[in-house]
Amino acid sequence: MASKVVQAYYNDDDVLMHAVKKVKAAHHHIEEVYCPFPVHGLDKAMGLEPTRIAITSFLYGCLGLTVAIVMMNFIMIQDWPQDIGGKPSFSYIENMPAFVPVMFEMTVFFAAHLMVITFYLRSKLWPFKKAENPDPRSTDDHFIMEIGVHGNEAELTSLLQETGAVEINTVEK
Amino acid sequence: MASHYEAPIRKPLVLGDKGYHEVSVDIAAPVEGRANKQWWIVFSIALVAFLWGVGCIIYTISTGIGTWGLNRTVNWAWDITNFVWWVGIGHAGTLISAVLLLFRQKWRMAINRSAEAMTIFSVIQAGLFPIIHMGRPWLAYWVVPIPNAYGSLWVNFNSPLLWDVFAISTYLSVSLVFWWTGLLPDFAMIRDRAVKPFQKKIYSLVSFGWSGRAKDWQRFEEVSLVLAGLATPLVLSVHTIVSFDFATSVIPGWHTTIFPPYFVAGAIFSGFAMVQTLLIIMRKVCNLEAYITVQHIELMNIVIMITGSIVGCAYITELVIAWYSGVEYEQYAFLNRATGPYWWSYLLMMTCNVVSPQVMWFKKIRTSILISFIISIVVNIGMWFERFVIIVTSLHRDYLPSSWTMFSPSFVDIGIFIGTIGFFFVLFLLYSRTFPVIAQAEVKSILKSSGERYKKLREAGKPLYEMPKTLAEISAAGSVEENSERAAASRENQVNTLLDRLGTFDPITDKADDLKRIKGIGPQMERALNQLGIYTFAQVSRMTEEEYNMLDEITGSFPGRAQRDDWAGQAQVLNAKKQ
Repeated sequence: MASKVVQAYYNDDDVLMHAVKKVKAAHHHIEEVYCPFPVHGLDKAMGLEPTRIAITSFLYGCLGLTVAIVMMNFIMIQDWPQDIGGKPSFSYIENMPAFVPVMFEMTVFFAAHLMVITFYLRSKLWPFKKAENPDPRSTDDHFIMEIGVHGNEAELTSLLQETGAVEINTVEK
Repeated sequence: MASHYEAPIRKPLVLGDKGYHEVSVDIAAPVEGRANKQWWIVFSIALVAFLWGVGCIIYTISTGIGTWGLNRTVNWAWDITNFVWWVGIGHAGTLISAVLLLFRQKWRMAINRSAEAMTIFSVIQAGLFPIIHMGRPWLAYWVVPIPNAYGSLWVNFNSPLLWDVFAISTYLSVSLVFWWTGLLPDFAMIRDRAVKPFQKKIYSLVSFGWSGRAKDWQRFEEVSLVLAGLATPLVLSVHTIVSFDFATSVIPGWHTTIFPPYFVAGAIFSGFAMVQTLLIIMRKVCNLEAYITVQHIELMNIVIMITGSIVGCAYITELVIAWYSGVEYEQYAFLNRATGPYWWSYLLMMTCNVVSPQVMWFKKIRTSILISFIISIVVNIGMWFERFVIIVTSLHRDYLPSSWTMFSPSFVDIGIFIGTIGFFFVLFLLYSRTFPVIAQAEVKSILKSSGERYKKLREAGKPLYEMPKTLAEISAAGSVEENSERAAASRENQVNTLLDRLGTFDPITDKADDLKRIKGIGPQMERALNQLGIYTFAQVSRMTEEEYNMLDEITGSFPGRAQRDDWAGQAQVLNAKKQ
């Protein structure tokens, strides 16, 4: 990250989108955009890679299903193959219908929780984490675009001024 | 987005002239304000009910289940009735936040937060019953398959009661993270508005340092979507598994394949009714009528009507199949429901669940807040009796006539149920004072497509946003004249109040004075004052410190100059001379 950044404040998501496109067209790298709510299409306009969090969720779900099957197969079929109410405990497949509810629940449990934990870790969110948005208005009604300065502050500022920014600050990081 | 096409047929979901900031203010208001007297009264009542319930639970656990009205035949009654009832209520929250998200229903935005809160609080109530209805609840941990010193003695995975453990704990925990993740941006909004240090600390802690980066939002939306995709089958499976408690048994009246979907439909039915009850009160108490509109109430009523019809359909199916089955036990079970000693509860259930939602076909009724409120309560009474009828009437008379009996609850049964209602409202009332009850980030994201302000702009053919004057233009406009012009345009209100105080200038009767004669007023300042509507010495002479400040604020040029030069005093002298 650049040691010095320009922060341009916008008060409308449409203006922000135009600004992002304009800045991208001028071949500047946008370090960050802080928004109070999800602006649809912003990630595409900024050129962010799509997130792979859904893929992790699928893998976690597979893990959950495996854990459920291995657990119940060991407990019900291998370790204590008892006759409980005449249910066939000779093989897993024979008594499989009774295992479906737990298999399903554990798949969902693993897929959901591990994905959420992954999200919290990847986005660096945890209870005592300090917020990093540069201005409290960015959770209310302002959108802040942050661009690194590489000795081109005047040029950047004039570019941002034309994009409809309501405020422009240069900040040392 | 500006290019967004929104069919003109759609009514606004956010009423009034709301911009992004107004949404924040409205939603933060109940959290930032203080609770009023009514809140404390209702909270106290709920707390007393909760404490009474705690007393009953302690009594039952320390004395024994025999304190309840159960007997050897009817060994499940109020405990499991309440359990299924509470689980059912919880389902609407997930339905609203997950299923309506998958179907891209924008009207869910204003109600999903409270519906999810309701889910969590009611599943907590439900979760109490499987534990306290145990004879030896201190051994409840034995239901978990943990390796142990009994040669590793495991649980039996064939039992729906064990499936219940997995289902309810998954359901509660997944709902909780779903809810909490959605809360992060809203907690962050309150954190950034907080002025009291303690409040700031708490909301910083619970918002997990949410900063609203573009990447965070991208992941956030994906996580919400995947969780919705997981929660939808989860909600269906959970109540299915709850219904397996009965459907997998051999009891006539219980052993039915229709139970899984029918219980789920009933759960949505009663859950939406509970959401309706709570939101009708909440929109009033928290002043959220602009967000939870009559349209929301109507749409929830439609869901209640549809699921109520599905439930009615299931009742008829059960009756037809009982007749069609040729099994006399099954036939007797339904004959007993309709004409046996509990006929009144069957009748109550039929009236509340089958008849009452049908009135929603009338638009007048489903858009009436009062009738919606009454019906939402009626539905929940009916759904309580549905579970009661299914459980008790099937148990008290089944295969062996020698074990036929009756059931009546003891005060402990009733006390525990009242206690859970109290506990639910304690949690919900605390929630409504400390949590952002509407997902503000989501409401803001639909504001441009569904807010009344933007709908009006769109209808008028006006753009939804204006490019603000660029900073370059503003700094270029250095002259006093342009400055005052711009200020006058944007601060018309202030000018009007200023003129109200100073008196207006009527060009027909009054004559403009040469304001330049006042020391400190040059040609530019005179023009600026003229543009505001100040032409005479008389007007200037009425200026006091307050008006000076207003003038400074409006023109933004030469602050404090009017005071220093004592324009009012000069004007008074000049005015006297003139006359």
